Formats: sequence, C-alpha cells, structure tokens
Amino acid sequence: MNEQGRTIRFTLNGRAATANIAVYETVIEVLQREFNLFGGRESCGQGLCGCCTVLVNGTAVSGCLYLAAFVDGAEVVTVEGLADRGMLHPIQEAFVAKTGFQCGYCTPGFILMTEQLLKRHPHPTDDQIRHFLSGNLCRCGAYPDIIEAVKEAASKLEAEGPNH
Amino acid sequence: MTMPTRFKEPAGTIVEAPPKVKRKALARREVGRSIPRLESHAKVTGTAEYIYHLRLPGMLYGKICRSTVPHGRIVRIDTSAALALEGVQAVITAEDIRTVIFDPYYGPAFHDQPILAIDKVRFVGEPVAVVLAKDVHVAEEAADLVVVEYEPLDPVFDEVAAAKPGAPVIHDILRPAGMFPDLQHLKGKAGSNVALEARVLRGNVEKGFTEAAEIFENVFRSGKVIHATFEPMVSLAELNGSNGLTIHTSSQSPSFVRAEICRLLGWPENRVRVRTAFLGGGFGAKLYIKLEALVAACTLLVRKPVRIGLTMEEQFYTITKHGATVRIKTGVAKDGRIVAREVETWWNGGAYADIGPRVTQKSGFTAAGPYDIENVSLINYAVYTNDPPAGALRGFGISQLVWAYECQNDIIARSLGIDPLEFRRRNVLRDGRPHATGTIMTNAEIDDVLDQLAARMDWDRPFDHGSGTVRRGRGLAIGFKAAISPTTSVAIVNIYGDGSICLSISTVDMGQGSDTAMAQIAAETLGISAETVRVIHPDTDVTPYDMATLGSRSTYHMGNAVRLAAEDASAQLLRIAATALQANKEELEFRDGEIVSLTGIRMTIGDVMRARFGMQAGNVIGMGTFTPPYSKVDLRTGQSTQITPFWMLAGAAAEIEVDTETGRIRVTKLVNVGDVGCAINPGIAKRQLIGAGIMQLGFSLFEEMKFNEGQVINASFADYKIPGMLDIPADLSAGLVEVPHEHGPYGAKGVGETGMFSVSPAISNALYDAVGVRMMEMPITSERVLRAIRESKNRPLEKD
Repeated sequence: MNEQGRTIRFTLNGRAATANIAVYETVIEVLQREFNLFGGRESCGQGLCGCCTVLVNGTAVSGCLYLAAFVDGAEVVTVEGLADRGMLHPIQEAFVAKTGFQCGYCTPGFILMTEQLLKRHPHPTDDQIRHFLSGNLCRCGAYPDIIEAVKEAASKLEAEGPNH
Repeated sequence: MTMPTRFKEPAGTIVEAPPKVKRKALARREVGRSIPRLESHAKVTGTAEYIYHLRLPGMLYGKICRSTVPHGRIVRIDTSAALALEGVQAVITAEDIRTVIFDPYYGPAFHDQPILAIDKVRFVGEPVAVVLAKDVHVAEEAADLVVVEYEPLDPVFDEVAAAKPGAPVIHDILRPAGMFPDLQHLKGKAGSNVALEARVLRGNVEKGFTEAAEIFENVFRSGKVIHATFEPMVSLAELNGSNGLTIHTSSQSPSFVRAEICRLLGWPENRVRVRTAFLGGGFGAKLYIKLEALVAACTLLVRKPVRIGLTMEEQFYTITKHGATVRIKTGVAKDGRIVAREVETWWNGGAYADIGPRVTQKSGFTAAGPYDIENVSLINYAVYTNDPPAGALRGFGISQLVWAYECQNDIIARSLGIDPLEFRRRNVLRDGRPHATGTIMTNAEIDDVLDQLAARMDWDRPFDHGSGTVRRGRGLAIGFKAAISPTTSVAIVNIYGDGSICLSISTVDMGQGSDTAMAQIAAETLGISAETVRVIHPDTDVTPYDMATLGSRSTYHMGNAVRLAAEDASAQLLRIAATALQANKEELEFRDGEIVSLTGIRMTIGDVMRARFGMQAGNVIGMGTFTPPYSKVDLRTGQSTQITPFWMLAGAAAEIEVDTETGRIRVTKLVNVGDVGCAINPGIAKRQLIGAGIMQLGFSLFEEMKFNEGQVINASFADYKIPGMLDIPADLSAGLVEVPHEHGPYGAKGVGETGMFSVSPAISNALYDAVGVRMMEMPITSERVLRAIRESKNRPLEKD
C-alpha cells in the first residue's frame, strides 16, 4: 500500500475477492475493470440517478461516488449477485413479468433499491414505493411499470417465505 | 468519344409501391400479443450489452478539451503541458486530423461541423483537442492542461436576432451534404445565419384574414432541453485488417455512420464496419454522427483502438432539442371554424446544423395543426446561433409547434365561448381531406382520438375547480406528425440448418422494444413463436441497410421489410417442402412452427432444411426491402401529393392542481391517446405513450437548459432535474386507437414519439382553466406560474 495504490480484500457476491486499486478509484471503476461486472454503471456521475447502485454491507450506496478503498473488508453485492445459479431472484422475475424497464440502463439500480425497500417494508404502499425509489431515475419513464414490478415482487417474496 | 451515362435516379419518383395488408381469415397469433420483451433476462441481470461498457485490448481513452468561448478565432493551441504529463500518448488537434482526413467537416444536412475546431469555435463546449492515454484519469487531467487562446467574436444566441441582417455571421460559407432525398434542395449559402427557409402556402391567407370574424395573434416560445440518455454517448474505433476500420458506437444510425465515415475517408463502404448494441436510451441524441468521426481519426493517427465516452455533463455540450419562437396568427369565422392561419417559426439550431434543416421543414409543414384550414401560410427558418448544436429529440420539433397552436386554439375557443373539445371537433382534418401541403389525409383516426380522450377524461361531467389557495383545472390538446420520407429499410430472415431463425436488421433497440416487435412480425408471417426468433443487432458487416432508428419509422418501414423477408423465406420453405412431400405448394401451410399438408403430414422447419441439404446444413435466406412512395415537394409552395407514408395522431389531456401561493403545478391525471394503426405489441405501444408523456411532463414543467453567455450553467442532474417517481401523476394512462393502416405491417404504424406531442399545451390549458393565466413560454415552471398569477392580480413579483 502506498499513496497511489493499495490492495483491498472484500466479499463480492458471496465470494472472496482481491483487487489492486488506486486510492481515487470508485467501486464502479474497480468492479468494471477488475471483475468485468457492468451491472453497476455510471451515468450522471454525481450519485443522483441511481444507475450505479451497489449494496455495501447490505446498504445501497452510489457506487460512482463510493471509493473502492472503503469496501476493504466489506461485503459487496451487485445485481449480478442476485440471481442464484441462473435462477432469477423474485424481484428480477417481477421486473420481467411487469416489464419494469425499457432501455434497461437504470434497471439494476432499481432492482437493488427494491431489494432494500422490501427488506424494510415487505408490504409497501404506493407512497412508500415512490419515496423509497425517488433517488433512482429512469429517462424512458418506466415508473408505472416499476411500481407494478415492486408490488409483484412483494407478493412473490411473501409467497416464498423468509428465505429471501 | 462519348462519356458513359451514369445511372441517375429520376427525381421524385415512386420507388416501390407498398404492399397491401392481406387480411387473413386466420386469427393472428404473434402480432397483437403483449409478449414479454426478448431481452428481459439480460436487462434484469445487468448483462445486456451496451457499447459504453466495451473495453478493447490495448485501447486508449480519449478526453476532449472544449472551447470556453461561444464564438472566437483560435489564436494558439499549446499542447506541451498536456503532452508532458506522464502517461499521455498523444494530443490531437484539427491539424493532426487533417493528415488523415483532408476535408474533416461532417453533417447530415450541411458539411459544416469540423471533427475538431478549425480556426474558429462556435459554441462553449466545442471540441478543440483530444488527449489520448491508457488511463482515463490521466487523459482527463491532461485535457485540462491544453492551453487554447481565443480572439473573441461577437456571439448571438437568440434565434430571432440571429436571423436578422447584421447579426454576427457564424458560418462564412455553407456546403450542403446532398445525402438525403428530402434535403436535396439545401443550397450553399454565405453571409446569413439562416440555413434554410421552408414555406408552405395554401389558398390565400391574406384574403382569409379579411374574411375572418376575429383574428388572434400570439408568440409562443420553447426553451432548450436535452435528451440526457443514461448511457452517455460513446464510440470506439479499431483497425480492421490492413485497410479497414471497425467502429463500435452507441448510435441510432449505423448505416449513416458507415456512409459518412467512408465519405470523410474517401473509402468504399465495405472497408468500414459499424456495430451497435442495446442503447441506454437514444431519443434522437445518438443520430447521424456524434463521436464516430473523431474516434476514427484518432485510431488512424495512433494505430490503436480509441474510446471516447462522454460524461453526463458533456452531453449538454453535444446536442439539444431546438429552442423555438413561434408567431401564430389565426382567423376564425363566427361559427368557430378556422379560416386562415399564418405561422412563422424560428428554430434555434445552435452552432452546427446537424439535422436542424429537417426539423425545420418536416415539422414546419405541420405548424397549422391537424386542422382543415382553407388558407395557410407557414414559414420556417433554420437559424444558426452560438448555442450547442440542436438536433432531433423525440418528435423532430413537433412539440414546439403543438405548444403554440394548441395553446392558441384554447385561447380562441375560450374567447368564442366554445368548449375546447367542441372547437377541435369543428376544425379537425378528417380522412380524405387535403392537408396544407396538399397531401390527402388518410389512415388517420383523429375523431377516434378525440372520442377516447373525452371518454377517459369524463369531459362532459362537471369539473370541480377547487377553492382557496389550491385551484384545479383541466385541459386538452391534440397534435400530429408526418413520418419521414422517403427512406429505406432492408431485412434478412436467415433460416439455419436446424430450422432456428435469425433476423438480421439494422434497427437499433434503444429501449423502445423493436427487437421484440420485429420478432413478432417475423413470427406471425412464418407461423412460429416470436420467443424463438433471435434478432441480430446492427453490424454493417452483417445486417443490411436501414436509414436509421428515428422518427417512429421502424415499426412501419422495418416492419414491412421484415414481413417481406419472412414471406420470401416462407415461400422458399414451402417450395422445398412441396418437392419433398410431392405436394402442391398451395396445399401446404405454416401452423404452430411446422409446415402441414392437407393430408396432415407435418414437417418442422428443420425437416425442410434436412430435406433440402441432406443433413443439418445450409441456409434459407429471405430478403425484404421497403421504400414507401414519396412525391417531391414544390419548394415555392411546399405542396406534395404524397409527403408522408403515414400520419401520427395524438391527443393528451391533463387535470392539475395549482398552489396559487407558490405557483407549483401538480399534475393529478394525465391521459395520452395515440393512433397507432394496429399495435404489434400493445403493452410496448402503451409504454411508449406513457414514457413519452413522462418525458414531455419534465419538458413542460421544469426541464430547461440555462445559459450564461453561451455557457450551460446547469449541465448536471443536480441543477437540471428530470422527472422522478414523485413527479408522476397518480392517474396516468395511455390509450391506443387501433384502426389498421392499409399499408402498415399487419396494420401498424409508428408510436415512439406520439406521446410527446400534446402534453405541454394540455397542462398549460389546464392551468388557464384553473387560475386564468396564460403561459407563453415553456417550461411552465413554478416561478413563471407564480409571476403570472401575481401579475394577473396586479401584484407583480420583483424581477430577479
């Protein structure tokens, strides 16, 4: 470790991971360069659109602002970590069923925020959905379908029990 | 000796008659079904391919050094400090570009835009130099170290001022591009900022005004807004063999990119390969050429792959929607019939024309609205200013015009004491009647749009206008657009040895769901299931020509090409099957993915292929080409017997609440109705209307680029807000008017832009209904509304 670079060790989608990073690099840059994971993606570059959402220790963060150095020792989950051996997560299934996307660029961010939302509010009201997801933007305007997808995901998760 | 005569296309001829829809007795299985989108799994798992994420081995990152003045001569460019930074591989200026591209000016209408600024800059943010480095951070830092000295010139930003004689001239000379048939008449120009003046004249507008009972004249303005695609613009170039180039680009027009790059290089088209993937939004931003010529030149200079990807901020300096000033004068008879309408529109095209001239003339000719008016005069000016270039944005200028004519129609209706809906019913342009261009209106269901709008709004029921500080209002508007013409789409249906099917098309799926819709059309024609069709994304080495994915043209044009290609493939399969079964072709039909004979013998498509090739081998290739008829426009009068392959009709209505103490508008209900022919996938079609409505809601209420001496001062999502979840009306719906278009593929026509047209005037008319103030400028921000309310009460707010 020196002032330009260091090595970080963390858990990425359930597996041990190591990366050599520059101190100024963000989580998104490192996930893309070192792990070929592009589900977290930069768009507005200011943490305002939600496309870069990743979970760090179970909390959604803006990966385009979150320095990679800070995930040393942490548990990181990206949208690629949601599907279980090719089986879609119920939230992902719900986004497919309700077409909660158009161009798809913002979709991973919405899916991860939905995961956070449903942990806190397993039966969210429309207002709760709108407020919780207000930090995620969608330029295509798929919002009504996203709201339907969230509701569908809530009922799927309830039907499947506490394993998720 | 005689010179060989070159083949020349006769001007204005009908290229190919469109096929009529065959009305089959059999129920449709694939078309008309809201099937889930083919790419669903890839999009929800984050694995869908976007060019922004492409990394090529050994590639260099390019970062652009941009102009800091809106208009000025370049005195000196000093690249030494940038070059000295460790890790910088090259700093490229226009001088370098000229060693690989002799005449480095590009553009779809005029060859006016230099790949990097030459001698002069014309807007703040114009690319002046590019730094290349292996590390993007190094390139970014070095781009700030390039020193450029300018001698400032007087700028001009307002489109009306820029069009006047004596305004600073932004381009000394103009050279027409000559690529597109609808822009063949553009002329070389000098000494003026008006790139094009387009006219439509019908009847005698002066006489019409003298006969009118009342005349209304207003000026409406629209500010500049931006696409803000979430996948920012990005292009990569790499060498391909010893004499070729491959360009990977987030583009809506790969075929145009190939042609334009080859023109710049003086190469035949077969030496350049252009490919795209899914686009993280397009909306018109990623059309024609944006970064492609720049990365191509950089790669040819350094002989390495080069990637230039913009940031969100940089997109604000690249392409915008046109700001516009519309002067509209209308004469009406006592019974509320519009007898004359004169519209003069100044389109703020920014520093480079891009596709502004097409916006100007193509939208310009609809400026009188979807109304049956005897006397019409429409004048449209494409004007250069020192703003960033303006181009296409989901509607090619239509919403700026609908804003003007639908707000004015509301003024007229209220002034005459006629219900706004009834006023429109009295004036709409119905099937069989000539439009101002002379083209007869056909396959346009304007009455159905109005009926559905009225029903969804309960228009005949009394409406509660609220009380106290929160007032309620409702308003409606209708609009229309002509599809671009003439253009060509080509499709290939490729049947593999095992019977599986690929569809090769250059239509770009940028979120609108074209992959799914095209697969449905192919599947319907071949009697198979759409989910089994694989759609090959645009790659000009593999997929055939398509004009571009723009202007809601794909469903109609490419849809027809796909249907023809599938019919071609199915005819070949039936011939092979007939031989194998020793049956007549007419006795066979496609059913449930198989070919079935009258006697009940079934063959899978794989069986047919094995019958033909003796094993799992070979290809059956179906081709389809579609170019709708077009009749050239008379430049003096704007008249044409066939100006468009189809018309897109739209209506929107809104219910709003206004806080009279803050000026804040809350849209509580928004209805968007579109005449779509027959929807190939009704779910996708409705989502297009809903999504466009939300986008236009942002343009109506708060989105506006702010400038200070040509510098965009809100080039970020912190300061330029786009609609989020909390901005969406609780009651938001879309309605499809489905009457088959006689030449559309299975009756379909385009829908991508339809939902944009009418939203802004519907909201503004609702505002008038609520509080009696009339907004003349978009967006209708809370501040503007509050100022207007206070002025109406003779208690004006202080100016800034």
